[in-house]
Order: sequence, then C-alpha cells, then structure tokens
Amino acid sequence: MPPDAVVSRDLLALQRAAYASARTEKPWVRRTLIGLALTFVALLVLAPLAIVFLFAFEKGRDVYFAALTDPVAWSAIRLTLFTAAVCVPINTAFGVAAAWAITKFDFRGKSLLITLIDLPFAVSPVIAGLIFVLLFGLQGWLGPWLVEHGVKVIFAPAGIVLATMFVTFPFVARELVPLMQAQGAEEEQAAMMLGASGWKTFWRVTLPNVKWGLLYGVILCNARAMGEFGAVSVVSGHVRGLTNTMTLHVEILYNEYDTAGAFAVASLLTLLALVTLVLKSLIESRHLKPLKAKLAREARGDDA
Amino acid sequence: MARLGSVRNRRARVLPGFGLTLGFTLTYLGLIVLLPFAALVWKTADLSWGEFLAKVTDPRVVASYRLSFGTALVAGLVNVVFGLVVAWVLVRYRFPGRRLIDAIVDLPFALPTAVSGIALTTLYAKTGWFGSVLDRFGIQGAFSPFGITVALAFVGFPFVVRTVQPALEDLEAELEDAAASLGATRLQIFLRVLLPSVLPALLTGFALSFARALGEYGSIVFIAGNQPMKTEITPLLIIVKLEQYDYAGATAIAVSLLAASFVLLFAINLLQAWSQRHHAA
Repeated sequence: MPPDAVVSRDLLALQRAAYASARTEKPWVRRTLIGLALTFVALLVLAPLAIVFLFAFEKGRDVYFAALTDPVAWSAIRLTLFTAAVCVPINTAFGVAAAWAITKFDFRGKSLLITLIDLPFAVSPVIAGLIFVLLFGLQGWLGPWLVEHGVKVIFAPAGIVLATMFVTFPFVARELVPLMQAQGAEEEQAAMMLGASGWKTFWRVTLPNVKWGLLYGVILCNARAMGEFGAVSVVSGHVRGLTNTMTLHVEILYNEYDTAGAFAVASLLTLLALVTLVLKSLIESRHLKPLKAKLAREARGDDA
Repeated sequence: MARLGSVRNRRARVLPGFGLTLGFTLTYLGLIVLLPFAALVWKTADLSWGEFLAKVTDPRVVASYRLSFGTALVAGLVNVVFGLVVAWVLVRYRFPGRRLIDAIVDLPFALPTAVSGIALTTLYAKTGWFGSVLDRFGIQGAFSPFGITVALAFVGFPFVVRTVQPALEDLEAELEDAAASLGATRLQIFLRVLLPSVLPALLTGFALSFARALGEYGSIVFIAGNQPMKTEITPLLIIVKLEQYDYAGATAIAVSLLAASFVLLFAINLLQAWSQRHHAA
C-alpha cells in the first residue's frame, strides 16, 4: 500500500477483506496452478536442456573434448563464428539506419517498409534457403552468370552467410524502431540547434538513449546467426570441413549415431543459448522495462 | 536578417541523414530480401496454373499439409492452455524460482532448433526418459505425429506466454474489485472478466505459435521419422524436392506454404489491432 493512502487504508483493507475470496484464488488452487506450471516447464523445456549436458558427457570428459577438438568440428566452429562476424555487424548497421530513417522522418510507404523488414520472420527457414537456391543455384536465376564468372554461392560459405543474413535481417531493426519511435526526435533536434553535427548528434544523443535496446537486438541477432539450421542446411550441401556450420555438424554426427559427439557440439550451442537468455533477461529487467515504463509515462503526460 | 534566421531555424529542425539511411535500408532490403523473393516469383511464373495445382495437390503433398496443419493446431491448443497457466502463475503469484522460470520460458527461442531436435528425439525415443514411459501405455513418442506435436509445442510455447503475460499485467484491479463487490465468485470473475480481457492476446499467441509451427524444420526433422505420407512435414518435403532437383515442385509447395503464412500474418495483425482497441476501451 502506498504511504500516501494512509487515510483510506483502513477502509480499503476492510473492504478488500470482505471479498478477498473473490479477489484471489484459494491456496490449494494457487498451489495446483504453480505445480502445473512448474511441471509443464520442467517436462517441456528443462528436460531437453538436461539431456544435452547428460549425453554430452555420457562417455566421459575425454570423448567430450575429443569431439570438440576434432579438426572437422573446429572448421564448423570457425565457419559459424565467421558467419556471425559478417552477419551481425551488417544487420546492426542496417537496423540502426532503418530505425533512423523510419523514426526521425515522415515519408510515404513507411508502413509497407516496416512490413517488408519483418518479412523474413514470417518465412519458414527452409523457404529462406530455397529462395537463395532459386537465385544463385545452377538452375537459378543468376546461376548461369555465376558459373561463367567462376563464383560459387550455393554449396559454399557465401550461400551460408547470405541465408543467415536473411533470417537474422529484422532482429536489430525491430528492437530499435519502437524504442526510437517512443523517444521521438526532440532531443536530436535540440542538439542540432545547439550546433552539433549530424554524426555527433547520433553518437552523443541517439546512441546513449537506445544502447540497451540496440545491445538486446544484437544479442538476439547473434544467437540466431550462430544457431540457424534450416536455411543454412538448404544452401550448404553439407561438405565436411568446408560448408559445415556447428548446427549442421551436430546433424551429421547425430545421423552417424555419434550421439556423444553430437551432444558435445550441441552443448556449446546450448551454452550460447543460456548466455543469451541471461543477458537478455538482465537487459530486459534492468534497463528496457524501466525505460519503456518511463517513455509510456511521458507519452501519457504529453497526451494529457 | 530575420528571414534568414527563421530559415536556418527551420533547417536545423530537420535532422540529417535521411537520404543516406533510407538509401542504405532500401538497397540492403532489396538485395537480401526482395531479390531472392523475386527469384521465387520468377520460378513460380514458369509454371502454368494447371502444373502448379497438380504439384500442390499431389497426394504426398496433401498428406504433408494435413500432418503439418494438424500437429501445429494441436500444439497451438496445448500451448494456449499451458501458456495461459504459466503466464498467470508468473504474473499473479510469488514463489521461489519464479524469475528462473520466467527467463527459461524463452529457451526455445534461444536454443538452436537442431539442438532441440536431437534432445527431444533422445527424450521421446523408445529408450528415452519419456519415450519408455509412453511406450508402456502403447504410445509411440518419437518418429510419430505425437513426437512432432511435442516439438512444435516446444518451439511455440514462448510465443503464447510472452503475448499473454503483458495482457495479464495490464489488467486493472478495479475491474476485479468491482465484480467481487457485486458478489461474483472467483471462478465467475475469471471466466467473465479476466478471460475475455486476455482473449485477444491468447488468440494472437495461438496464431504466432501456429505460424511458427507451420514453417518449423530443425526441431522436427529428427523426431518426425520422415516417412512419406505418414510423418513427412511440408517444409521437409520442400527439401526432398530440392534434393531430387525438382525445383519447380519445391517452389510450388513453398508458395502454398508462404500463402498460408501470409494469411496467418494478416490474421495476427487484425488480432493485434483488435487487442489494442480492447486495451484502449
């Protein structure tokens, strides 16, 4: 109870007690619901998580580390890191540029642009891979031209990078656009009036305002870039040591009945997912929720 | 002088970088998203209407639609029920481990689908933790529509919780107070006041989970068994056609799947608009 409501507190408490039974559930209902929720999350989400680590170490530490230090595994890890190192910065730059254009200016077709940016989220990963095969494959649109010039995209790392760019395309933009929309352009306009250059305004005013939202988008983008499976599976051709990412390596090992090896590589990806979750939930609770609440309050204040 | 000043002021109000940022946005969007989609349209245009229909109504393809839609529907319904329970518990109650559960709900988002796929298959195979229990009841866990449904429930689960949670948080206590003071029981309040208020969010969560399930591949391909006509989902069939160099067949199926996704996306947008109106009212 807020301290400023002292006067009416007794009255309110009395009133609340009178129909407390209708305001919340009986203890046994609460306990049943909590138990049900915990059981469901444990069976559906925690059990697979436990399985990954149990089976990774099923045959002991030596087998685990042997699976990770295998040269083919290493080349898969390198390709995954390389793919993320290309896709994440480019999609981050794109996200910032798109958010700047969309939130600081008015132009026709803006909502169409926002819909198109979200498009890769609506597409099955398999279709994401397919459209690149249709574009760059041997029977594809640009296929003959690529062959003439000796460029290989499909069944090559370039295809993997392109397909990953496509599936991770919206992450940063979709985090920044609502945030920068809520913040408006007044602060930037003030900075410009005071004589700051465009770049300086961006670095000193815009970026500090949105840095947590930006980081949030980058973290999600990176997790997807390193974890993408369906789209890269279609364009990769599964050439060992050449076009194998970590997720594809997991698939190959698993299909060869090397369960311990598959789960060993999978455990690295799972660690990445767990780190992503921790960072995501920290940024959300410490920075984004307070920020969004503040912006919502300001918006209400402006309306009033 | 005064006029010059006002012009300068007006200039200063307009932020720079419009051409640069919009130019980069449109170029990059064009190259990475629109150009590949144009290739899809180009390949589809190669097919006559009759050929297209023949390819998308082939019995094997129809069997895959039935499986994909059926399992996505069941998984979505399971998620609606348990997603509501989990969201409710997370918003309304305080208990040890609440923050951990809240964070772990997003695991299916963050975990690469290939990892979820092999983990779920290991769990639900005949020799696995859950598979062996199911087997005693005569239910085949992995390599059956049951396994596919479990995997789809896994990947779709966060969508329902994360759409219902904010709706529950935004509910106004006054409504419940009012209903209670008018003599309603707790169950009546839940069914007549709370449930209708979160219904738009619940439906949106269902549609998001369903849409994700339709296109899902990685977590399914291991657990499905991938038998033609029986446990072959539509996205897998696209890959099968590609491996047979049947580009036209793969494209036709992809277009039909995309059409279903876009219809769902449209429905989700309508639902969200409804949800916002509901919220404002």
